[in-house]
Amino acid sequence: MSELDELYQSVILDHNRAPRNFRRLDDATNHAEGRNPLCGDHFDVWLKLDGNVISDAAFLGQGCAISKASASMMTQAVKGKTIEEARALFERFHEVVTGSGGPAALPSKLEVFRGVSAFPIRVKCATLSWHAMKTALESHSNED
Amino acid sequence: MSSLAAVPPRGPVSGRQGRPWDVARVRADFPILGRRVRGQPLVYLDSAATAQKPRAVIDAISAYYATGNANVHRGVHALSQEATTAYERVRVLAARFLNAESDSEVIFTAGTTAGLNLVAQSYGGSVLRAGDEILVSEMEHHSNIIPWHLVAERTGAVVRAIPITESGGLDLAAFERQLGPRTRIVAVTHASNVMGAINPINAIAAMAHEAGAAVVVDGAQSVPHLRVDLQAIDCDFFACSGHKLYGPTGIGLLYGKRRLLEAMPPWQGGGGMIREVFIDRSTYAPPPERFEAGTPPIAEVVGLGAALDYVLAWDWEALVAYEQGLVAEAARRIGRIPGVRIMGEGADRVSVLSFMLEGIHPHDAGTVLDTLGIAVRAGHHCAQPLMRRFGVNATLRASFGAYNTLEEVEALVAGLEQARKVLLG
Repeated sequence: MSELDELYQSVILDHNRAPRNFRRLDDATNHAEGRNPLCGDHFDVWLKLDGNVISDAAFLGQGCAISKASASMMTQAVKGKTIEEARALFERFHEVVTGSGGPAALPSKLEVFRGVSAFPIRVKCATLSWHAMKTALESHSNED
Repeated sequence: MSSLAAVPPRGPVSGRQGRPWDVARVRADFPILGRRVRGQPLVYLDSAATAQKPRAVIDAISAYYATGNANVHRGVHALSQEATTAYERVRVLAARFLNAESDSEVIFTAGTTAGLNLVAQSYGGSVLRAGDEILVSEMEHHSNIIPWHLVAERTGAVVRAIPITESGGLDLAAFERQLGPRTRIVAVTHASNVMGAINPINAIAAMAHEAGAAVVVDGAQSVPHLRVDLQAIDCDFFACSGHKLYGPTGIGLLYGKRRLLEAMPPWQGGGGMIREVFIDRSTYAPPPERFEAGTPPIAEVVGLGAALDYVLAWDWEALVAYEQGLVAEAARRIGRIPGVRIMGEGADRVSVLSFMLEGIHPHDAGTVLDTLGIAVRAGHHCAQPLMRRFGVNATLRASFGAYNTLEEVEALVAGLEQARKVLLG
């Protein structure tokens, strides 16, 4: 597979065309905005926490295929996870797309983002919504 | 194109006139055009961000450091005098290139941004009063908006937008209505860094002057593509960058009318800009030295001089005709791609073209083009108010310089087809 095919796998294009959880979460407990001032892309990320567990996640906004697919799959990946698990997942995802650290294991669905590491300029696209998710979690812990 | 015909030729035009543009000959002067990117021959379509450099510029900088390096002015030794002569020669060249009345009206700056900030802080800071108006166009680069915000905050002046039409031109009727007794400064770009749209700057300057306002022109995108004649434009200030004109980064030119420069306070204080210094006060040198505090970027000035020598030898009529043909052909071919929207489609433009592909984010298309060795720009191009005006987040921008070819336009179109295939399936 070429680097380009690796980057734009069909699963990413599918999530870009038909993003999952692409809506406002009216009963959200946590919210954060992710904004990339370099390109103007931005996403709102909402989380609903039941105790320590993310029971629902959703997003809205504008971005490229990488950032939108990443946001879509992030909301799927963190649903049902505890705060600690979601944070750990963020760290592993970050390591994989930046190509830093060892071959961190990712849930198989997120493996499609491994190709991003060949395009350093696109790392910010892949991590935009993940940073917003992490910030949303922090806003929660601050309020506690 | 009517707006080009309205730009009279610069004073002395040299070069080989009357022949078509010899792009192969020009390309041979640019070493970087021989390299490969991601295994493909480089197709560089990002000259509006920064132009590539001819061998003459690279060699001039190298030769300066190898054989002529010394600080300018003040030195009594031979090297310093040589450096001073080389430095001041470029001021004369620049005045000739822009057809300024006098080389004392040319200030060396770090670039267009620095030039515009200097005007805003020094001129704006001394003439603006609370309630005064600064008019900027909706198509300005952030560097011709934010410096005005900064001085407006300090003085209580307000910044207002001159609207632009759907076809990418300034709404001159609206502009005329906006001009009033409170209008102190009109700051507009000569050519849009996003759409390439050329503004009728001579008419804008005349209208602004009629209303008693000073005219500040961002010439970053016009200078590489049009024959700029400052005496014909009759603007009060004009800023441009060396690196978009095939010269080095870190050096730009600011033109200001002598009478205005003489009345302006210094922008920065330091060595080289003084007449006399006491512990509690100082008096300042006349312009242009008043505005060049500290050791200037001497090697960059020398490099800019080599770039000016290089472009002054061109037949600019042939260059303008060639670039206009190239961008028109690019617009025609890109316009035929399904789902393409060209921003400011109706505009007379320098060889800079922005467009959107339906269903494809510009960054994704830019990445596909990058894997083919094609360098374009994707994003808001530091022109967020313009993006907002057209209801988009970002565009793809292809810009063409003196060395670009029709084959490269074809490669771009093929690359965009490829992007559609990869991203839309």
